[in-house]
Amino acid sequence: MLRRTLLASAAVAFGLGGAAFAEEELTAGFIYIGPPGDGGWTYEHDQARQKMEAHFDGRVKTVYQENVPESADAERAITQMALTGADIIFTTSFGYMDPTLAVAEKFPNVKFEHATGYKRADNVTTYSARFYEGRAIQGHIAGKMTKTNKIGYIASIPIPEVIRGINSAYLHAKKVNPDVEFSIIWLYTWFDPAKEADAARALIENGADVVLQHTDSTAPQAAAQEAGGVITFGQASDMGEYAPMPRVSSIIDNWAPYYIERVQAVLDGTWESKDTWDGISTGMVGIGEITDAVPADVKAEALAMKDAIAAGEYHPFTGPINKQDGSVWLAEGEVASDGDLAGLNFYVEGITAEVPN
Amino acid sequence: MDLGSINPVLLVASIMVSATPILLAAIGEMVVEKAGVLNLGVEGMMITGAVVGFAVAVTSGNPYFGFLAAAAASAVLSLSFGVLTQFLLSNQVATGLGLTLVGLGLSSLIGKPYEGMKAPPISKVHIPGLSDMPVFGKMLFSHDVMIYVSLLLVVAVWAFLKYTRAGLILRAVGESHDSAHALGYKVVTVRLMAIFFGGACAGLGGAYLSLVRVPQWTEGMTAGAGWIALAIVVFASWRAGRVLIGAYLFGGVTVLQLNLQAAGANVPVALLSASPYLITIIVLVFISARGAHGAPGSLGRSFHASH
Repeated sequence: MLRRTLLASAAVAFGLGGAAFAEEELTAGFIYIGPPGDGGWTYEHDQARQKMEAHFDGRVKTVYQENVPESADAERAITQMALTGADIIFTTSFGYMDPTLAVAEKFPNVKFEHATGYKRADNVTTYSARFYEGRAIQGHIAGKMTKTNKIGYIASIPIPEVIRGINSAYLHAKKVNPDVEFSIIWLYTWFDPAKEADAARALIENGADVVLQHTDSTAPQAAAQEAGGVITFGQASDMGEYAPMPRVSSIIDNWAPYYIERVQAVLDGTWESKDTWDGISTGMVGIGEITDAVPADVKAEALAMKDAIAAGEYHPFTGPINKQDGSVWLAEGEVASDGDLAGLNFYVEGITAEVPN
Repeated sequence: MDLGSINPVLLVASIMVSATPILLAAIGEMVVEKAGVLNLGVEGMMITGAVVGFAVAVTSGNPYFGFLAAAAASAVLSLSFGVLTQFLLSNQVATGLGLTLVGLGLSSLIGKPYEGMKAPPISKVHIPGLSDMPVFGKMLFSHDVMIYVSLLLVVAVWAFLKYTRAGLILRAVGESHDSAHALGYKVVTVRLMAIFFGGACAGLGGAYLSLVRVPQWTEGMTAGAGWIALAIVVFASWRAGRVLIGAYLFGGVTVLQLNLQAAGANVPVALLSASPYLITIIVLVFISARGAHGAPGSLGRSFHASH
């Protein structure tokens, strides 16, 4: 009896709680792989969430859950968010792909937006950024600036997005420095500062004087700074606190315009499932300030490449490019199709490591 | 494959740095468990130590103040667990998990203003004679003082448990709190002291992460190190020496596999990546297979004098 009363009063309290938020027209939920304080990937998603909320000035309420693992737990977290009344849910890591689709099936009236994935449904949209465009610029600067000709790459999880970044950076480093070698470390995690720092240290101790990262925290920057004489690039966020050295430039993810556009579409009733893959041209990929640690001519070349990519005059994957086994991938002048890039699972010719399964 | 690029001197030095946070947390937790208390809040205490240590070190400019403050903060935090489980007899598993959640939340709150800041450098100890030895000098005797503190702590804990009367009492409390109580020992007091010590050690381990190993403050930066420490205590079957082996194995294989990847070793990456967990478990299970290796008899059980 007592238990029933308790449940009833809880239900009443919950109902009242819901009513208190009645003036908001819409609730947008976000699922994060790390904490908003990672200084990288999740930080930028959270900044965009805040900007979006501010843009709608009280009309939209946002909720988020951080540190959601890419496992069965993700499905529970997304379901929970859908149950508590979110109208649109952004799931912001590749590994949430199947959980997002599974939950979307159960909640046909909730809109889902999955970042960096490729599976869609009537109520599931995908969106990503062409990070490989920024990687091309990093590769150019790295190839020009390395003295040991060894470039270290901290990779996270072997998915096409990460492999695209490695290939793009390698191609452009190799173009300006034929002697360049890539050492690649796979961490099998997006966020683990201690491991990221250890990896940066291992690369530096093995002779790398440039460290690129595809993990979310600023730990590799701190490790590079401690080692000295090593350059790095901010990943996902500017990481400007490590400028001018070791961080000499960065790829900045700018999700805010996209989030505003999509939430507006829900408010207008025009939301529909689609795929967005934007790059430097729309500003979804930003290139952080190139510091004075980079020689002026290299900086000018890097900026020229950025402009050419933005104008659509240059595509980072333009043939001739061979696959790692020496077979032809792209013929002279041929540009990689989006379909090819989306499923990219091999290294280009010259990289000596193997892609993990 | 060219493993020649791996420098053994730097490798061993990195391994020691990598193993120390887990070693500190694990040796503290071992004492707690030896007293019969299961504190699953190691992760929360570590991250609290990481943030408090970083904040105090940055503010004061002295990393040693950071370590002291980290030990104090985590020890005080652990006392909240102590009060709840020892006086109010709450469930240790649930309270420990709660402590982890509190620590994670509290640390991100405290840490906000410190994101992106730089830790004051910690000087390396120069031991006349030893540090000047070729190879070994740089490999083993040119580290920051905390590495030696952690190793001394292991020896101290081992000697305390094995040779002192107080250590015997602590073990008695852990094996059978009713018997210890019947003999007139203050079970709750002993356990509170053990919890306090465990908290201080976890705090030191966390501060070592944020002040030396990474070195910076990032939200959630322990990323499961506390859970690894807990696992090592179990696989080391509650022996100080084995905790040391476990922590160094785990830290060692972690760094080694990263170096093998960096050097382009011809081993499947997925296997390398899983190797720290596999090798640590296999080795510890193997060396624990013979001899006494049971958990303390009263581990995880609440005690009240009236029972």
